[in-house]
Amino acid sequence: MSFELETAANRETLRRVAIDPVSRVEGHGKVTLLLDEAGHVKEARLHIVEFRGFEKFIQGRPYWEVPVMVQRLCGICPVSHHLAAAKALDPVVGALRITPTAEKIRRLMHYGQILQSHALHFFHLSSPDLLFGFESPVQQRNIVGVAATHPEVARQGVLLRKFGQEVIRITAGKRVHGTGAVPGGVNKSLTAAERDELLADADQMIAWSRNAVHLARRLHESERALYDEFGLFRSHLFSLVRADGAMDLYDGHLRLRDARGHIVRDAIPCADYEQHIVEEVKPWSYMKFPFMQDLGPEKGWYKVGPLARVQNCDFIPSPLAEIERQAFIAHGEGEPVHAPLAYHWARMIEMLHAAEVIRSLLDDPDLLSDQRMSEGTRGREGVGIIEAPRGTLIHHYRVGEDDLVSYCNLIVSTTHNNQAMNEAVRQVARRYLDGRQLTEGLLNHIEVAIRAFDPCLSCATHALGKMPLAVELLAADGSLADRAVTGS
Amino acid sequence: MTRQFLLDGQPVPFEDGQSILEAARQAGHYIPSLCWHKDFPAHGSCKLCIVKAAGRHVSACATPAREGWEVESNTPEMNGERRGLLQMLFVEGNHFCPSCEKSGNCELQALGYEYEMLSPRFRHFYPERPVDASHPDVLLDFNRCIFCELCVRASRDVDGKAVFALTGRGIDKHLVVNAESGRLADTDFSKDDLAAHICPVGVILHKGPGFAVPIGERDYDRESIRQKKLRDEEASS
Ligand code: SF4
Ligand code: FES
Repeated sequence: MSFELETAANRETLRRVAIDPVSRVEGHGKVTLLLDEAGHVKEARLHIVEFRGFEKFIQGRPYWEVPVMVQRLCGICPVSHHLAAAKALDPVVGALRITPTAEKIRRLMHYGQILQSHALHFFHLSSPDLLFGFESPVQQRNIVGVAATHPEVARQGVLLRKFGQEVIRITAGKRVHGTGAVPGGVNKSLTAAERDELLADADQMIAWSRNAVHLARRLHESERALYDEFGLFRSHLFSLVRADGAMDLYDGHLRLRDARGHIVRDAIPCADYEQHIVEEVKPWSYMKFPFMQDLGPEKGWYKVGPLARVQNCDFIPSPLAEIERQAFIAHGEGEPVHAPLAYHWARMIEMLHAAEVIRSLLDDPDLLSDQRMSEGTRGREGVGIIEAPRGTLIHHYRVGEDDLVSYCNLIVSTTHNNQAMNEAVRQVARRYLDGRQLTEGLLNHIEVAIRAFDPCLSCATHALGKMPLAVELLAADGSLADRAVTGS
Repeated sequence: MTRQFLLDGQPVPFEDGQSILEAARQAGHYIPSLCWHKDFPAHGSCKLCIVKAAGRHVSACATPAREGWEVESNTPEMNGERRGLLQMLFVEGNHFCPSCEKSGNCELQALGYEYEMLSPRFRHFYPERPVDASHPDVLLDFNRCIFCELCVRASRDVDGKAVFALTGRGIDKHLVVNAESGRLADTDFSKDDLAAHICPVGVILHKGPGFAVPIGERDYDRESIRQKKLRDEEASS
């Protein structure tokens, strides 16, 4: 079932449609569809060209440079790479445990990133589709359109994001590409003034995040049939959880649930990830397909990110978000929710959790302490895993005697979701596009499905509602049959 | 009677044998420099100190001051020359400031800011220059070398070791380590040498500290290179 529509028979005779977003530094994504004469979808693929060269580039560089350098990997979640690299390199300086101050400042930075990224995704990138409909006029489908019809929603979205950015600035030293986390700890504590600056707004952020959860939930419930079915496919769920099963986005061990919600792998130490996850290469995509080794490529793939995390944990350790999680779980009526559009609701629950974590961390006097660094017997290898806004992010390094990185392996969130996103694209293609005249609105359905996962490429191509795509329909003989340009 | 010249219209006193640059700095006027160091003879290679003296372009570090000269330094013309020189230095090596640990303490970067270098202007050369991490305490990242020879001079003239040398010409010019293997570990270089502390950019780096001092709290985050150099001058006199 899962690989149906991945490769069509007699491909040469089919008509090819490409949805090809403009290439950006974060990667270049495109969707290709093969249609037969009657317009039936025979093949649907999402290809993403990731900038994998980075792993090579890092080799031969001094290890202490890595947490700063890897922020260049991704223009939209640099903090996640920064922290994952620092975590991976802690053991290299012998910091098997970092100080409470270091851990709390890193957590604060991370939850600030979650907050700003989730706010950006929901309000700027997705709310136009969700509020106005997938086939609404292109001109309206952006944050400016939202501001015109829902000014308070837009305002809260913008300010939530700004608050997250302030948390990052204060913990990392800069709003983008800071240097806060270093192998062994952090290089900067908070001053009382900085803490108070954040405290002044922290409660408001919780209240607004709660509104956002309720908005996402209302949207979902108001069109249940659409939200529950759109692009639906079932898969395993994968994420970090805390030792006691709580949601933890900064640290923990790895857990896998099956599509019916049973825990099938648990308490996998981060350092052992390689024994469990392997990546398959397919000739048609530069992005690899990870899966759980012992389950095999057909059955062992999974989804990551908010939808997986909210359901993979046993509870959320902050009161308001936990109430929302329970409502979300109740929506599934005993089954896990697999609907891609439910990512939005789950994402907002996480944003609320992030706001609550930030608020409670700010009361902690350790943030102001100067016990920032620890060290011990030097190590040569480390794995750092973090739940980035988009899902599980794995950094793995080996460092030679000479302090230069000799090996680097990265598995980024979007890669984990590769099979899942392809699956969603196929479901949507089958359900909405099959046998119909393709229009911009119909093609936007495919993007709506991809966007639900918040892959790296969506931000780059969809800033301010613009997703400039050239869509070309080629006839079986390769000649241009039709052409549409969207969103530019 | 003290003698003097005019720097951008202001009188600057000087002693016999003093260069324009030294006299200017002593009098509290900033002329930029990269390869010049007060403890070494002038080197005259970077040309950042370029001024117009008696109508001619000269290196202020290598040109003795003369009574009655009119010297132009802080003018749009001279500063434009300097910006062009900086732009050339930036494309000649691999200067990737965002992930360079010297960022904020680097004189080349600070001068880029001081002279409002907003674009690379020229095409990058992207030379291949592998790092030398063989030494236990010090890393050499040749990517950022600007060939000022301060390390060469410090090692030879002060440390008495001659660990470094420049070799090759023109575009092939590069810094080498004086050892059969070419590796720093195979020399008697020590992290306490003057040469280990003199590089104005990010080539000769002590292993470990990296980003321990946050960006934002570094030398040239606090003050401009102009202010810092003048303050250093005052402190040493
Ligand atoms: S290593 Fe530094 S001090 Fe030595 S020549 Fe190069 S830039 Fe100058
Ligand atoms: S400082 Fe005068 S040439 Fe370099």
